Amino acid sequence: MVDAPAISRTEAPAALAKDIVLEAQNLSTHFVYKTRTAKAVRDVSFTLQKGRTLAIVGESGSGKSVTSLSAMRLLGPTGEIAGGSILYRKRDGTVVDLARQSQAAMRQIRGREISMIFQEPMTSLNPLFTIGDQIGEMLLLHERLAAPDIRRRVIEMLNLVEIPGAERRLDDYPHQMSGGMRQRVMIAMALICRPALLIADEPTTALDVTIQAQILDLIRRLQRELAMSVLFITHDMGVVAEVADEVAVMYAGEVVEQAPVRDIFAHPRHPYTLGLLASIPNVRRDFDAAGARRRLVPIPGTVPSLYAMPPGCAFAPRCPYAVPPCGSPVHLERIAPKHLSRCIRAGEL
Amino acid sequence: MGAMESQDTLLAVEGLSKTFQTGAGDVHALKDVSFSIPRGSVVGLVGESGSGKTTLGRCLLRLVEPSGGAVRFDGTDLLALGSAEMKRMRKRMQIIFQDPFSSLNPRMRVRDIIGEALVTHGIGKSRTERRDLTAGLLEEVGLKADHLSRFPHEFSGGQRQRIGIARALAVEPEFIVADEAVSALDVSVQAQILNLMQDLRERRSLTILFIAHDLSVVEYLCEEIVVLYLGRVVESGTARKLYAEPAHPYTRALLSAAPVADPDAVRNRQVLKGEIPSPLSPPSGCVFRTRCSFADEACAMQVPGPVVLSEHQTSHCLKAGSI
Ligand SMILES: Nc1ncnc2c1ncn2[C@@H]1O[C@H](COP(=O)(O)OP(=O)(O)OP(=O)(O)O)[C@@H](O)[C@H]1O
Ligand SMILES: Nc1ncnc2c1ncn2[C@@H]1O[C@H](COP(=O)(O)OP(=O)(O)OP(=O)(O)O)[C@@H](O)[C@H]1O
Ligand code: SF4
Ligand SMILES: [Mg+2]
Ligand SMILES: [Mg+2]
Repeated sequence: MVDAPAISRTEAPAALAKDIVLEAQNLSTHFVYKTRTAKAVRDVSFTLQKGRTLAIVGESGSGKSVTSLSAMRLLGPTGEIAGGSILYRKRDGTVVDLARQSQAAMRQIRGREISMIFQEPMTSLNPLFTIGDQIGEMLLLHERLAAPDIRRRVIEMLNLVEIPGAERRLDDYPHQMSGGMRQRVMIAMALICRPALLIADEPTTALDVTIQAQILDLIRRLQRELAMSVLFITHDMGVVAEVADEVAVMYAGEVVEQAPVRDIFAHPRHPYTLGLLASIPNVRRDFDAAGARRRLVPIPGTVPSLYAMPPGCAFAPRCPYAVPPCGSPVHLERIAPKHLSRCIRAGEL
Repeated sequence: MGAMESQDTLLAVEGLSKTFQTGAGDVHALKDVSFSIPRGSVVGLVGESGSGKTTLGRCLLRLVEPSGGAVRFDGTDLLALGSAEMKRMRKRMQIIFQDPFSSLNPRMRVRDIIGEALVTHGIGKSRTERRDLTAGLLEEVGLKADHLSRFPHEFSGGQRQRIGIARALAVEPEFIVADEAVSALDVSVQAQILNLMQDLRERRSLTILFIAHDLSVVEYLCEEIVVLYLGRVVESGTARKLYAEPAHPYTRALLSAAPVADPDAVRNRQVLKGEIPSPLSPPSGCVFRTRCSFADEACAMQVPGPVVLSEHQTSHCLKAGSI
């Protein structure tokens, strides 16, 4: 094991390395109910470099959405950040801990500094208002503009996200649009105030692959043109391979590995990431020389319940590498200059 | 699929059409669809959302009544059968639904969900016999007999999909339509179910129509592929051929749009412009022409028929062979 400092044990530093725009440090987010507490995100750390794309990848329920909602501070009445910090570097260079901002301060940050595209477009678009009004609303909140200026900016934005016939579509309601068009509207809403950081929670999951390709192209182009950093959430390793510079893999509420995208695919250093990659059908690997189909290698078992997490490594009950010490808490450790893994056997993988 | 006619065909679809009459007008969900499924094979059905995959799967079992054409199952013309005969036929044909969460009755125990299928088709003479059969089925799909008395909400998505598979297998069908049977599952669980389907297929010599939108899953599992676009077959053939050298411009665009889990993959992507047109008023001529980079005037005039490129590949494109 490399003896670099363990991230999970360091105190939250006041400063942020200068190329970093967002850094979660030991973030824990809980949902508190009368009879029980759901520890949805536990001791999560990751870093996003300025102008780059960090993909958070993980299976259903692993805590991806809760992590991004924590950064936006949109956890609802039952959610609370129970520990850790989320440092963000504002456009003016000052660093703030999103976990400790007041809701008033967050209103200044949302939209202009950080914007989010939510997982369900239909729940975040209001069916009763035209898309022009909904996109314009964002401008009204942040910039005091006259109606004709708002209209002009909205049309500009609809053109930017390649909605054909923008002037006509302005007065459409969400239900009159296809899934792909609605997703473009969501992107327009998120970007109209030119945020520095875009959080995109599964922005293409509900779309067909041909439309997904259009939307991924669009996000990449806008990222370049607007010089944004992107936190991209997905469960699809194919999408990760396309969009990410860096990847953080989540499992059961924890980040179990972070590394540059090529290292994640070529040299995964956590058994869960290995299992995830082996589960994806790949004909080059899954057929032998004679053309016979090999069996896939799934991860046995299922994800543990939030209310019955194993005491040590959360992956231990499903892990082919598990040994008795895996039953004690395991931390995210730096195993190479740019590679972090939460596995005591990472050095042997 | 020219090649498949010569083999032992279990299911043949000829000129199948389905039009839904709605308030907004006629929805042409399927139009003149023909293909056949060789006994013992897994045929993949792919295409964008709304292309008619589910409608086609349901028409095969007459859960949706086709508007025209023929479906021949093991030589029998299904559309000519009366309802009692069709019910008997359904014992040989089953469907697994996409959504493992809503396709199981939440108020029934697993034992009764599967037992109901057995009773409906008169399988098992007594309660105890049916009970043993059910326990055996659960074991076959990788669940335990002590799961019998539980309710669907007590299971994970993968386990629920296994229950759906056990229910479909209960009547010992020869043919199964799997409509997005693994689409809602996480990949690690999806791999478990794909292995299960492989095993069952060999053990029970099943024939499967596998509807999916994940192209790497289809490539892995299926021998033959049928590509639908706006209710029409645009290309069909062996998986190997279609993935290596897709002939139809739509198949090419679809395959090039699919993300590959490899950051170093060479992507010479042709991003398809626009969206699938409304089935209320499909384009004249070739339905793909509004998005096709090869389209010319002829494509608006003439509906492309099947062009047999080889025994492994048929493309429905006026320019097949020259593009
Ligand atoms: N408001 C809430 N109250 C209680 N538990 C919650 C709440 N929101 C989320 N959770 C739980 O937190 C865990 C993480 O949920 P989250 O939505 O972040 O998962 P995800 O990784 O985004 O999954 P998906 O891929 O399905 O979107 C889940 O177990 C979920 O049930
Ligand atoms: N009962 C119905 N009444 C009217 N139109 C219908 C009905 N069922 C399906 N359709 C329409 O028929 C077309 C084909 O739908 P179908 O569900 O078969 O597509 P699909 O390929 O399965 O799509 P998906 O990938 O979204 O499941 C769509 O335009 C759909 O809106
Ligand atoms: S810590 Fe142990 S159980 Fe966890 S992933 Fe590593 S080897 Fe497996
Ligand atoms: Mg989510
Ligand atoms: Mg469908």
